[in-house]
Amino acid sequence: MQNEWLYIGLFLVVGLIIPTAAITISRIVAPRKPNPIKQSTYECGMETVGDNWVQFKAQYYIFALVFLIFDVETVFLFPWAVALDKLALFAVLEGILFILILVAGLAYIWRKGALEWV
Amino acid sequence: MTLWNNPTNFIADWLRGVFSGWGMAEGLAVILVTLIGIVVMASLVMLLDIFLVWVERKVVARFQDRLGPNRVGPFGLIQPFADIIKLIIKEDITPDGADKVVYNLAPLLSLMSVIILWAIIPLAPVIFGVDLNVGALYLIAAGAIGTLSIIMAGWSSNNKYALIGAFRQVAAMVSYEIPMVVALLIPTILAGTMGMKGIVDAQSIWFVILSPLGALIFLISAIAELGRTPFDLNEAESEIVAGFHIEYTGMKFGLFYAGELLHAFTFGTFLGILFFGGWNGPLPWGGQYPLIGALNVVIKGLFFYWVIMWIKYTLMRIRIDHMLAFNWKFLTPVAFVLLMVTALMDKLLAGTAPWIYGMGMFLANILVGWLALEAARAYARRQRLAKEALAQPATQAAHH
Repeated sequence: MQNEWLYIGLFLVVGLIIPTAAITISRIVAPRKPNPIKQSTYECGMETVGDNWVQFKAQYYIFALVFLIFDVETVFLFPWAVALDKLALFAVLEGILFILILVAGLAYIWRKGALEWV
Repeated sequence: MTLWNNPTNFIADWLRGVFSGWGMAEGLAVILVTLIGIVVMASLVMLLDIFLVWVERKVVARFQDRLGPNRVGPFGLIQPFADIIKLIIKEDITPDGADKVVYNLAPLLSLMSVIILWAIIPLAPVIFGVDLNVGALYLIAAGAIGTLSIIMAGWSSNNKYALIGAFRQVAAMVSYEIPMVVALLIPTILAGTMGMKGIVDAQSIWFVILSPLGALIFLISAIAELGRTPFDLNEAESEIVAGFHIEYTGMKFGLFYAGELLHAFTFGTFLGILFFGGWNGPLPWGGQYPLIGALNVVIKGLFFYWVIMWIKYTLMRIRIDHMLAFNWKFLTPVAFVLLMVTALMDKLLAGTAPWIYGMGMFLANILVGWLALEAARAYARRQRLAKEALAQPATQAAHH
């Protein structure tokens, strides 16, 4: 078990080294002549107005909240799915009941209008 | 154990012998051999990535009735190397007010999140990095790092377009992750394990036959997670120019591009492994001869990569409210219903003959898909009638 995660760790390091090497080579070879106009924010030729870190639609926030509920709950389903063959029919039905509660939650959110894009 | 039955272990044993012959400690030799294996694997993946640039350009050209690159080398095969040289010698511009650390880290994470997925891909029964027993969860976790890199890029670029692109990617990712998780639960149920190798081993009948709807849901949510058309709102070039990577130049842009292509190919490979039998497959003896098995996996990966490209260059981009409505009001309910039906059928049909089991599963999937389409049609008709009823009095008032 420990060995497996060591392997993943090594893979992660190698996976970071490859793009870093590409950028480093580029940094050595490429020219560097910065000037204020070149570094200004690109907005199709317009000068940018105001702060760039703007506040944005709260709608995204609601979808993120809905997602959070579902994602946490679906993680509980993985052990159930792995052990499905060894479970009795009753346990399988219990799992289905759990999913039905999730779907009822989705239906409630739908009815409340949280899934409408306003 | 010969070179043909077990090439990786054969070479690894030989290398370990060589290192031990030099007087190296046993543990150190093992780690060094593993490291060499990882570097070879990652390099092959990157070489494939370079080849994918050529495939992408050539195939899109054919879809659009053009010839594509055909000047540099035979069939334009050297073209991607010319592209890379161009990208490397371009100046790297950092925009004013960018958050430098996050800005520079984003392209690295973008490519890294794809490369680490290859750690769990079993190319053949004996050629695999590591057979994690939580493979399906690892796939989701690594995919989330890719999305994180897009958010980092969009937020740190100090550009409104980039920020909007990142927001859209977050919305797409948080929505389509649910059907993807559920689609991953279906092979898990059928195989009884989350490990990729176990899932391939369990496919005496390909899972696409047992669960065609599951494979379709996985493909759709994978396309959404990749951010390719029709779900490419995060880089919609006609409205927010290039979205999250608008301010990136030179090799940093190249890394995003390479990451996107490799991501699409990797998800194609996962579709092949999860639903289309992995190494058992178009070519015979994939299970006995590892090299043929690896070739099979790559062939399936390239085929599904082509399918994803086909969808990309055929469909138009859809609006974000349509995209989210499609997910939350159609795909997610269908996925959950399919999960329940699969679990129940798997339990009820356990112990029956394979052809009854397969037939039952297949018919259950078709039924769920058909009912879902009928329900969607009824819902759409109700919406349309309501809209017409709303529009009716207004036109009558205009007549008087």
